[in-house]
Amino acid sequence: MTTAEITADEARDEPAWRALLRRIDFRQYGMIIALAVIVVLFGVTTDGVLLRPLNVTNLIMQNSYVLVLAIGMMLVIVNGHIDLSVGSVAAFVGAITGVMMVTWDWPWLATVAVALVVGALIGAWQGFWIAYVRIPSFIVTLAGMLLFRGLAQTVLKGQSLAPFPEAFRQLSSGYLPQVGKFSGLHMITVGLGVLASLAVIWIEISSRRRRAEYGLPPGSWVWSVVKLAALIAVINAFAFQLARYRGLPVVGILLIVLIIAYSFVMNSSVAGRRVYAVGGNEKAALLSGVKTKKVSFGVFVNMGVLAALAGLIFAGRLNAATPQAGVNFELDAIAAAFIGGASASGGVGKVIGAIVGALVMGVMNNGMSIIGMDVNLQQVVKGAVLLAAVAFDVYNKNKSK
Amino acid sequence: MGTTTLSTDLILQMRGITKEFPGVRALDGVTFHVRRGEIHALVGENGAGKSTLMKVLSGVYPHGDYEGEIVLNGQAAEFGSIRDSEHAGVVIIHQELALVPQLSIAENLFLGNEQSRAGLIDWHATTSRAVQVMRKVGLREEPGRLVAGLGVGKQQLIEIAKALTKDVKLLILDEPTAALNETDSANLLRLLRDLREHGVTSILISHKLNEVLAVADSITVLRDGRTVETLDVRGDAVDEDRIIKGMVGRDLENRYPPRENPKIGEVFFEVHDWNVYHPEIADRHLVRDAALNVRRGEIVGLAGLMGAGRTELAMSVFGRAYGARISGRIVKDGKELKLKTVADAIDAGLAYVTEDRKAYGLHLDEDIRRNVTLADLPRVSKRGVIDKLAETAVAERLREALRIKTPSVFQRTGHLSGGNQQKVVLGKWIFSEPDLLILDEPTRGIDVGAKYEIYLIIQRLAAEGKGILVISSELPELLGICDRIYAMSAGRITGQLPAAEATQEALMRLMTATANGGGRQA
Ligand SMILES: Nc1ncnc2c1ncn2[C@@H]1O[C@H](COP(=O)(O)OP(=O)(O)OP(=O)(O)O)[C@@H](O)[C@H]1O
Ligand SMILES: [Mg+2]
Repeated sequence: MTTAEITADEARDEPAWRALLRRIDFRQYGMIIALAVIVVLFGVTTDGVLLRPLNVTNLIMQNSYVLVLAIGMMLVIVNGHIDLSVGSVAAFVGAITGVMMVTWDWPWLATVAVALVVGALIGAWQGFWIAYVRIPSFIVTLAGMLLFRGLAQTVLKGQSLAPFPEAFRQLSSGYLPQVGKFSGLHMITVGLGVLASLAVIWIEISSRRRRAEYGLPPGSWVWSVVKLAALIAVINAFAFQLARYRGLPVVGILLIVLIIAYSFVMNSSVAGRRVYAVGGNEKAALLSGVKTKKVSFGVFVNMGVLAALAGLIFAGRLNAATPQAGVNFELDAIAAAFIGGASASGGVGKVIGAIVGALVMGVMNNGMSIIGMDVNLQQVVKGAVLLAAVAFDVYNKNKSK
Repeated sequence: MGTTTLSTDLILQMRGITKEFPGVRALDGVTFHVRRGEIHALVGENGAGKSTLMKVLSGVYPHGDYEGEIVLNGQAAEFGSIRDSEHAGVVIIHQELALVPQLSIAENLFLGNEQSRAGLIDWHATTSRAVQVMRKVGLREEPGRLVAGLGVGKQQLIEIAKALTKDVKLLILDEPTAALNETDSANLLRLLRDLREHGVTSILISHKLNEVLAVADSITVLRDGRTVETLDVRGDAVDEDRIIKGMVGRDLENRYPPRENPKIGEVFFEVHDWNVYHPEIADRHLVRDAALNVRRGEIVGLAGLMGAGRTELAMSVFGRAYGARISGRIVKDGKELKLKTVADAIDAGLAYVTEDRKAYGLHLDEDIRRNVTLADLPRVSKRGVIDKLAETAVAERLREALRIKTPSVFQRTGHLSGGNQQKVVLGKWIFSEPDLLILDEPTRGIDVGAKYEIYLIIQRLAAEGKGILVISSELPELLGICDRIYAMSAGRITGQLPAAEATQEALMRLMTATANGGGRQA
C-alpha cells in the first residue's frame, strides 16, 4: 500500500467550494478561464459592443482562417515540428485560385478541388524534406515561407485579381438560409444551439457512465452540473447573438465540422495517437513499430491542405487574390497553439486548446480595435499575453512534477 | 579495526520525512540516519520511495515541498534547489543519467563548474583535470570524445567522475551499477571504498544485494514509504536473505524459479551470417558473422561484456532499428524474413524490450495505458478508432499481471519508480504477443521480488511456445533462467553452452575470447 489513496479521505473534511476548486485542473481549464476573463473585460471596456450580434458574427468571420490554420498547426507542434510557411502557402493558393477562377473563368468547385490538391502537394513537398531527408522543419518551412510568397507574387505579377464569383464567396461570407423568422431570430441557428446543448449533456452523461464502467471515480456531480451549465449557457448565448443578426455563417459550420473531426481523430484514432507518440518520443515510437516518417509526412500534408483552405477562405472574404495575403498568419497560428497549451518539445496539446488560443488572440484583436487602442500598443499587448500564457502553463506543469 | 574507526557521529539525520504526490504518499514519516565516513546502503522494493527520499535530501524537491526535518552536519538543512545542496557538499547521481550527449566527456565533467580564467574556459586545466578524475574512476577514453557515442556504462562512470570534480562530502548514488558489467561494477565499488578512505560518506541505492553486502557499513530498508529497519553490517549477522525479508516482509525461498521439465520444441528462429556496421563510423564492424537460433519454448541467453555487440545484434535483427550496412539472413519457421522496418519485425512476431527504457522504451509524458498499447494499437481499435474501454481493460490486466505499483493506469509513466517503468515497457511487448521476445537487460533496476515475478513471466511465455532471447550482464541471472547460453565477444559469437554445462567461469572465458582462434579473415 505505498500508493495510499489520499484524494478520497482528504476530500471529506474540506469545505465544498475548496473541493470544487481543487478539482479544477488549471492546466486544462486555465486558458478557457483566461478567455472568459478577456471576453468580460472587453465586453465592459467596449460598452458591450464586443458582444453585439454583428460583432460576434464578425469575430467568427475575421478569425476563421486563423482557426483553420491553428488546428493544423496544433498537429504539427504535437508532432514535434513547426510550420512557418502557412501564411505564404495560403497566399500562393489564393493566387492560383484567382488565376483559375478570375482569369481562366473556371467553375468554383473545380477550382477549390485543385486548390486543395495543390495544398496537399505543397505539404508533401515540405514533409518530404522534413520527414525523409530530416532537415529541421524550422528551416524547411522558413524556406517555404520565402518560396511560396515569392511564387504568389510571381503568379499574380504583383497585382490583385478580383472579383470572385458569388457562389465561391459564400464559403467565407455566406450564411445559412433563413426559414421563417420569429421575432427577428434566425431559427435554424437557435435550433442548432439547442441541439448542441443536448449533445454536450449526452456526452457528459455517457462519459460519466463510461468512467463508472472503467471502475473509475466519476467525479462530483456538482462539478459536472456546473461545467454543463456554463457550457450550455455559452453555447446558447452565442447561438442567440448570431441568430439576432443573420444566423450562423457558412464558415462557422465548416469550423464546427473541422473542430469535431480533428478532435475525434486526435483523441480517439490510431492515427492521432501515433502523432502524439512521434512527438513525445520519436525513438520509442519507432521502436514500437510506428512509421515515424510517414506520420510526420502525413501531418505536413494535412497542414498543406488546411493552409490551402485558409487561403481560399481569406481570398473569398477579401473578394480578391492579393500577393500580400496571409502575412503573419503563421505567427497567429503558432501563438494560438502555444496559448492553447501545446508543448514546444512536442507530444502535448489538444485541438480544442488551439481553438481557445486562437479565440483569445481574436477577441483581444477585436476588442482592442474597438476601443481604438494604438496599433503598435496592440502588438505589445499580444506579445505579453503570449508570453504570460505559456509561462502560466509551464508553471502549472512544474507544479505537478 | 574497521569497526572502531566508525564514529557514532552522524553526518545526516532525516526525521519524519513525508512526501506526497497527487494520489500517492511516496514517503510516510521516514527516519534515516547516516554516520560520518560510512557507506550506507538504502534498499527496498520498486516504488518503496528510495529515489524520492534522496531527491528530498538533495533539494530536487525543495524545502516546503515535503514534511519533516533534515539535519546535515549538525545544522538544519533547508535546501531550495540542487545548487544549495551541492554547496553543502551533497552530490546526487540520479538513476537516470543526465549528460549532454553533444558535449565532450571533459566538457560534461565540468558542466556548470567550468575551469575558467577571466570568464574564458581554460582548456588545459579542463583536460588535465578531466584525465585525473577519469583515471580515478577507471574510465579509459579520450577526454575530448563526445558522450553521444558512449554506452550507458561509461556514461555512469562519467557521472561519478563529475561528482568527484565537486567538493563532495556526501555522495548519493541511485543504482549506479544497474547498467554496469561485473568488472566495471567491481571497479566502482572499489572506488567507493577509496572515497571512504578519503572521508567521503556515500549513500548507495542498489537492487544488487551482493554488492550492498560487499561495501556497505549499514543498510536501511524502506518498504511502502516507511523505514523498516537499519542493519549494521559489521555488528549484526546480515545476509541477503535477511535483507530480502526486510524488503518484502516475508522470506523469499528461491532467487530463480525452478525450471521444471520445459517443453522445448524445434528450432523456429535463426539468424545467419549477420553483420552490422556502426551507423556513423563507417569502418566500425560491430557484429561479425553472427549466427544463432532459438527453439520454441526455449529461453536462450546472450552473454557478453559491454561493447560486445549484443544490443547492436538484437536491434539490427529487430527490423534494422540500429546500424548500417546490415547483411545476413533471418529465417523464421523455415521461411526467410525480409525485415526492413520495425513494423515488419512486429508483424513477423518479433518483440524487443530495450535496455534504455527512458530513451527508447517509454513515452514519459503519457500514461501507462497509452504506453502499453502503442506497439499494437490495431488490437484495441476498430476501423482506426481506438476503443478506450478495451484499451483500459488491457492496461488493467497487464498492471495486475506485472504488479505495477501505481494508483491507476492513468498515471503518467514519468511519475513511476524506475522498476515500475521497466514493467510498463515489458507489458507493452507482452501485449504485442510475439513469437520471439528479445529482452535486453530485462531486470535492470528491478527489485528481487519483482525479478522473480519477471522470471516467472518469462517462463510462462516460454511455456506458451514462444522463444525468448535474454541479453543480460548478470551471469547468475542467465545461469538461473536460461536453457542455453551464447557468449559474444567483440562482435562475434564465441560459443554456446547448454545450461547444464554453463558456469560463470566457462562463460567468462568465452566472453573474453579473442577472435584469433576463430575464422579470422584477412
Ligand atoms: N513525480 C511523481 N509523481 C507522482 N508519483 C511519483 C512521482 N515520483 C515518484 N512517485 C511515486 O512515489 C513512489 C516512490 O517512488 P520512488 O521513485 O522513490 O521509488 P524507488 O524506491 O526509487 O523505486 P525503484 O527501485 O523502482 O527505483 C512510487 O509509487 C512512485 O510511483
Ligand atoms: Mg528509484
